[in-house]
Amino acid sequence: MPDLDRDPVPGHAGADLTLTSVTKRFGSFTAVDDLDLVVEQGRFFALLGPSGCGKTTTLRMVAGLEEPTRGTITIAGKDISRLKPYKRPVNTVFQSYALFPHLDIFENVAFGLRRRGVKDVAGQVGRMLELVELGGFGKRRPGQLSGGQQQRVALARALINRPQVLLLDEPLGALDLKLRRQMQIELKRIQTEVGITFVHVTHDQEEAMTMADTIAVMNHGVIEQLGSPGELYDSPATTFVSNFLGQSNLVKAEVVGRDAQDVLVDAHGSRLAAPAVRARRTSGTVWAGVRPEKVHLTGGAGGDGSAPGPGANHLTGGTVSDVSFIGVSTQYLVRMPWGQELTVFEQNSGARDSFRVGDRVDLRWTSEHTFLLDADQDAHAGDESYAALTEGAAT
Amino acid sequence: MSRVGRWVTEHAVMAVAMLVLVYMFLPIFYVVLMSFNDQGRLAYEFQGFTLANWEDPCGPSGMCGAVVKSLQIGFLATLGATLLGTLVAFALVRHRFRGRAATSLLIFLPMATPEVVMGSSLLALFTSVGLSGSLGFWSILVAHIMFCLSFVVVTVKARLAGLDSAMEQAAMDLYANEWQTFWRITFPLVFPGIMAAALLSFSLSFDDFIVTNFNHGNTVTFPMYVWGAAQRGIPPQVNVVGTVMFILALALVLGGSLLQRRRPA
Amino acid sequence: MSAADTGRRTSRTGYLLLLPGLLWLVVFFLVPTIQLAATSLYDPSGSLDSGYAMTWSFSNYWDALSTFRAPFLRSLLYAAVATVLALVLAYPLAYAIAFKAGRWKNLMLVLVIAPFFTSFLVRTLAWKSILSDNGFVATTLQVLHILGPGGRLLATSVAVVTGLTYNFLPFMVLPLYASLEKIDLRLIEASSDLYADALTSFRKVTLPLSMPGLVAGTLLTFIPAAGDYINAELLGTPRQYMIGNVIDNLFLVQLDYPAAAACSVVLMAAIVVMVLVYVRRAGTEELV
Ligand SMILES: Nc1ncnc2c1ncn2[C@@H]1O[C@H](COP(=O)(O)OP(=O)(O)OP(=O)(O)O)[C@@H](O)[C@H]1O
Ligand SMILES: [Mg+2]
Repeated sequence: MPDLDRDPVPGHAGADLTLTSVTKRFGSFTAVDDLDLVVEQGRFFALLGPSGCGKTTTLRMVAGLEEPTRGTITIAGKDISRLKPYKRPVNTVFQSYALFPHLDIFENVAFGLRRRGVKDVAGQVGRMLELVELGGFGKRRPGQLSGGQQQRVALARALINRPQVLLLDEPLGALDLKLRRQMQIELKRIQTEVGITFVHVTHDQEEAMTMADTIAVMNHGVIEQLGSPGELYDSPATTFVSNFLGQSNLVKAEVVGRDAQDVLVDAHGSRLAAPAVRARRTSGTVWAGVRPEKVHLTGGAGGDGSAPGPGANHLTGGTVSDVSFIGVSTQYLVRMPWGQELTVFEQNSGARDSFRVGDRVDLRWTSEHTFLLDADQDAHAGDESYAALTEGAAT
Repeated sequence: MSRVGRWVTEHAVMAVAMLVLVYMFLPIFYVVLMSFNDQGRLAYEFQGFTLANWEDPCGPSGMCGAVVKSLQIGFLATLGATLLGTLVAFALVRHRFRGRAATSLLIFLPMATPEVVMGSSLLALFTSVGLSGSLGFWSILVAHIMFCLSFVVVTVKARLAGLDSAMEQAAMDLYANEWQTFWRITFPLVFPGIMAAALLSFSLSFDDFIVTNFNHGNTVTFPMYVWGAAQRGIPPQVNVVGTVMFILALALVLGGSLLQRRRPA
Repeated sequence: MSAADTGRRTSRTGYLLLLPGLLWLVVFFLVPTIQLAATSLYDPSGSLDSGYAMTWSFSNYWDALSTFRAPFLRSLLYAAVATVLALVLAYPLAYAIAFKAGRWKNLMLVLVIAPFFTSFLVRTLAWKSILSDNGFVATTLQVLHILGPGGRLLATSVAVVTGLTYNFLPFMVLPLYASLEKIDLRLIEASSDLYADALTSFRKVTLPLSMPGLVAGTLLTFIPAAGDYINAELLGTPRQYMIGNVIDNLFLVQLDYPAAAACSVVLMAAIVVMVLVYVRRAGTEELV
């Protein structure tokens, strides 16, 4: 394992992790389906998706704990897909931490170094424990640490080997919300400090967005979209991404034309514009989408007919059907003339009195914030609250 | 729950439990008491206090020799049964093979067979192959390993099945090959189970009378000695041995659990 | 295989690991048991010196059953009574350890097994002292007129059953404790809201959940008790002899191997049948 001891140089291209047509089947069930993925060196990469979508399986294939049914995995151009786990320049932070209960913290962290016959174990372990702020805990056993401390030991135990890629499988899943937020910042700090590629699995979209440079949204064994948090949020590629990452209003519309930069659609009689770069379909029936916080409400004069200003989209004739005050903002549900309920978040800036249930309102937003999705996709895909609701109704 | 019901479950259960414990300790109290018995003709009643038995534990001829025999057999039987049983347990939990159901049955059956049946059938076997004249140390050992084996398999298997496979995966992820993973992770984590199995084997072997009685030839183990002596009237030193065994085992168990508390697993 | 294997491995190693242990059980348990079954069908007129002929003498069974009917039935009866008594004693103890002992849990567990660190025989002989005619138990019972003047405890069925109950009690306590301990206390609390009294809540929730331990415990107590003969020998008289005494005597004193073997097979068969019926009715899964 000569290349294990080499310090990866942050930003140095070429040590990328690549998965090519990787498939994993358990019997007849396909857990990961023909996956292609490139993780650039030094990135904080998040693999995000609902439970059972194949995140852990993907990670385990990279670690060598599961053998791909098909496909290849390379690191820095070297094919590692058939190597034993202990021959791979990869380390894992397990979801359950998997700390060795019969070894103290020092020996847990030293485990990888000792197996590789590295010198100066004591010095390195000491520095690593300092990095994760556990200096002085070396003599304790895993059972004598809190959840957050155990999590940091698991991290230190993997990081000390300076792997080319560090895999983290929902490392914060077992922590309470406060500790979670704290550890997110901590993890991000450590990653920036050591410059190692992190592949972080999570099903918490907020966690992925705050930490990662790049997010891959996974669903049913395939990657739906890959990009920076901003890209994914502002121009989702599928209804699943639009709902799983934040919330979206999706309105059925027909493409009626286009101009210089925009695709023009007709939604229940209103003319909407969306930037062509955010249009996943440019003809036929589409979902016209907008994030709830991008929408402004104006008192509806019962459809005063005033044409929307240039660059603005306008839906008229709504009725406020629900108002919830959430402190910094207020969440409105607005029933549209065609029966659909749309969600609007408004900042409580105090500039205007809030609306009440029954008030007539119009919706207005900058057309730049509109995206168009394939109408063949389920408008509620990835919408967890909707899934819970319909499930509740079914039983 | 009614108030009466609650009170009953709160206190009565504990009180009954304490009474049962007293019942369990009653004979021990007698064993300790009788070890100080200034014994006359009546072997089963307390006659008066003396330290003589404790000062001369090996007084009755042949008793200490029998204790040593039992220790030797117990040690070797434990070694054999623990080794063979641990291997079987690993095979059962970690490997695929044909005839799993038959194997499980074969392991279960000795535990369900009365000792008198096991002992007599073994004697019948030894007799039929013409070994009845040379029964002794070896035949006792063979028999003890046989009936301890199943208990070892069950004990170690339970521990092994409860082992989180993530431990071994984590070791492999941290550059330990299969061999290192086994010796540094799997084995130390299963070790308490193996230890428990060994202790169980030792006590089963050391204490066995029935199976031994059929296959002992001229070899006298401690239970065999006590049985023989019981026909004539047992010497009080038997109770000295009983008391020492009790104290040693108690010290071992309490010491072990104290050690474990100091360094929680 | 290239990637680490997380599941079971199919390999020669598995068979190699099994081989020595299973071989031992086959040679020293299975073969003798089969041999015993064969012996039970030998010509009863043979002897150890002249050798036995295989005559498929099923009449051996009939002879054994008719001659030794009393000790047979006595064995099953004593074992059954001892098992029930052990259950009655063990359940509150196991329950107390599991739910009431708090930080004394481990200590109480040690106390349960501690008496069994001394030799089985030494303990049984201690019972002989305890139950002796001038012992405090007998005299107390006489004072209370439960036992008539000159009435005895030693050398009666009571003594034998007491000894049996005592000797196999831990085999009842430990499995019961193991299954009680797994019960989520919140379940019991929830049920005590549902059912008016403690007894119903116990019957509907605790008892069913402790069933696996109860089944294992009764089997582990009944089987050795049915085959035991030490308690009958030391605490009883020939009038309390169980089938174990008979087998021991036939094998070692009378050297009547076919009859002894027939008794062993009947005992074994009776136990296996009872266990199977019992396990099926109690509905527990795999035992090993
Ligand atoms: N060893 C296995 N045998 C059979 N099916 C498996 C196995 N491991 C995983 N699966 C299945 O593969 C699918 C993906 O599992 P995976 O553990 O990768 O999900 P995940 O995305 O990590 O989910 P979670 O967020 O719940 O951890 C699941 O449907 C799971 O049931
Ligand atoms: Mg997972």
